[in-house]
Amino acid sequence: MSVDLEKTLRPVESPMVPYPAKYMMLASGETMVIRQATRDEIPTLLEYVEPLMRVERDYYDCVASRVYSELLGWYRYRVQDEYVLVAQIDGELAAIVNGRQVTPTLGMSLHTLALRRGLRVGAHAFAAKMEYHIDILDHDEVLVVAESPIGFRRWMIEYQLAERFETPHELGGVPSYALTRELFDRARAKLVVGRRPVPAELLAKAEEAILPPSDPPTPPMDALAATRAAYDATGTALIQQRRRQEREVDHA
Amino acid sequence: MRDVFVAGIGITSFGRLEYPLAEIAAYPAMMAMQDSGVSSVDQVYVANMGGARLNHQTALASAVVDTLSLTPAGAATIENGPASGAAAIKEGFLAVASGMHDVVLVTGAERMREVNALDATDFVATLTHPIAEYIYGVTLPAHAAMFTRLYMDKYGVTERHLAMVGVKNQNNAMRNEFAHLQQPITIDGVLDSPEAFTNNPFVAEPLRFFDCCPVSDGGACIMLVSADVMKGLDRPAVRLAGVGQATDSHTVAEREDPTELPAVRLAAAQSFGMAGVEPQDIDVAELHDAFTILEIAESEEVGFFAKGEGHLALEKGETELGGVMPINVSGGLKGRGHPVGATGIAQAYEIVHQLRGEAGDRQVADARIGFTCNFGGFGNNVLALTFVREG
Repeated sequence: MSVDLEKTLRPVESPMVPYPAKYMMLASGETMVIRQATRDEIPTLLEYVEPLMRVERDYYDCVASRVYSELLGWYRYRVQDEYVLVAQIDGELAAIVNGRQVTPTLGMSLHTLALRRGLRVGAHAFAAKMEYHIDILDHDEVLVVAESPIGFRRWMIEYQLAERFETPHELGGVPSYALTRELFDRARAKLVVGRRPVPAELLAKAEEAILPPSDPPTPPMDALAATRAAYDATGTALIQQRRRQEREVDHA
Repeated sequence: MRDVFVAGIGITSFGRLEYPLAEIAAYPAMMAMQDSGVSSVDQVYVANMGGARLNHQTALASAVVDTLSLTPAGAATIENGPASGAAAIKEGFLAVASGMHDVVLVTGAERMREVNALDATDFVATLTHPIAEYIYGVTLPAHAAMFTRLYMDKYGVTERHLAMVGVKNQNNAMRNEFAHLQQPITIDGVLDSPEAFTNNPFVAEPLRFFDCCPVSDGGACIMLVSADVMKGLDRPAVRLAGVGQATDSHTVAEREDPTELPAVRLAAAQSFGMAGVEPQDIDVAELHDAFTILEIAESEEVGFFAKGEGHLALEKGETELGGVMPINVSGGLKGRGHPVGATGIAQAYEIVHQLRGEAGDRQVADARIGFTCNFGGFGNNVLALTFVREG
């Protein structure tokens, strides 16, 4: 008797209301669209996430590796009830956030990966993720942890998350924190922004293609570069080294 | 006193530097030696504020002089808060002007991003009065915010004026390859759009995120030489013509009028007087805009504009590149960054770069006289330098 093994291994997905796209202006004056990514777009995202697995700063290596695995797992139907949101500026990928619905009332925040720095791109994307859980999926709370000091500042400090230490988080099994509906409502006016509906032309541009980030995070410079360089006139040796490392990442 | 010239300049990229503090100081010094063609140095001064506290590095000058293979030249570290850089330049000036030395390297470095932003803010706050200010939680953003509120009430400065300074300087930094912030900002993005409040939240009301300089690593150096040494060099002759320094009460609350910055006024007057110039003679200036309000206030105190009218000059575009009094075309502390011990030297670097006509996209046309204001404490220890292009 034949067995449909794939049917056994593949999780049965629960119906989830889609995330309605929104847009916002950044400090730079650029417009950023945040929308739900489709499964078909995952291979493109994997291509952009992969180089970050070798960026050994600000936990990009750790977070990118896990995001890669989570995206691939969802793409290959091995994660239950996952969703992925992308932030785009002029079509370029600026951030990826993802999470899971654990039960109809509980969400699990997975990762926030910002590819543009200095404009609160990651913070806006995280806020959109929380908005999805609380406002759209109607979860009572979302379990959250921070893997980097940046995450600590953005989630633990800004949202003043509640403790759910008795519940291990899916990321590393560490004690969870939680964003409750009450905490989200308290933070909403200060931290959650965005306008809807997204103008048709803007949304079409975002959906047409996810373009590669033009200024993604790069590996740190070699700590011994200064010693090795004969002269660092105008910092050139370091700039050149950075460019060389970027090329190596591009070619890897 | 003998005339003192700037023979060489050097700078690192500002931002996060992942190499040791001594090397952050040594790199720009190597560049200044290469720039001048002079490799024999009598004395090295190293400006630094936080090495001991942030980087577990004391006796920085000893480390730097050896890193540069300049032993047995004299070496000393100068710590004078955020005015350490210009204070070290003053020491270098005195060493050459007095005839004691002919070639002095003045380099500055800071590695502040070794700690997180909260610890960096606390570190800078240690310059406040320990009993009257620090123990109550006063930080530099808090000082600047109180000063800003008073300035707004008294002179009609608005949040829009502050944002205009931030936008101008951060966008100027886009023309400076060594600047920390390489991201343009707009008034819409930080003030007017529905998202502006979140993009640009209050740090210490009324100062917002983009009103404050970033926490930076970085180094800068200038080489000071005597006229005899300068004559033998094939570099444009820029003379350090004026040096002024003044102090004020340690505790801000003890000042008669907290909206006045008399140390800025006195230091600038001394510097202009020594150089034999007037504020209106200055072609390009670097002012200490650790907070946007300080550019406005200092531009008045040094005499570029009447008291209470700096923001009006800003409205007219007079302080932009191409305006009648270009200020902080390097990006200033706001855009280039503020590695505290190096800042005063980075300001001098920019002015010499400008007076030599080597500043590229951000060059101020026909600049011959330049000025810097390095503001220590909350205005309690200020240095002002005037540079003149000779020939």
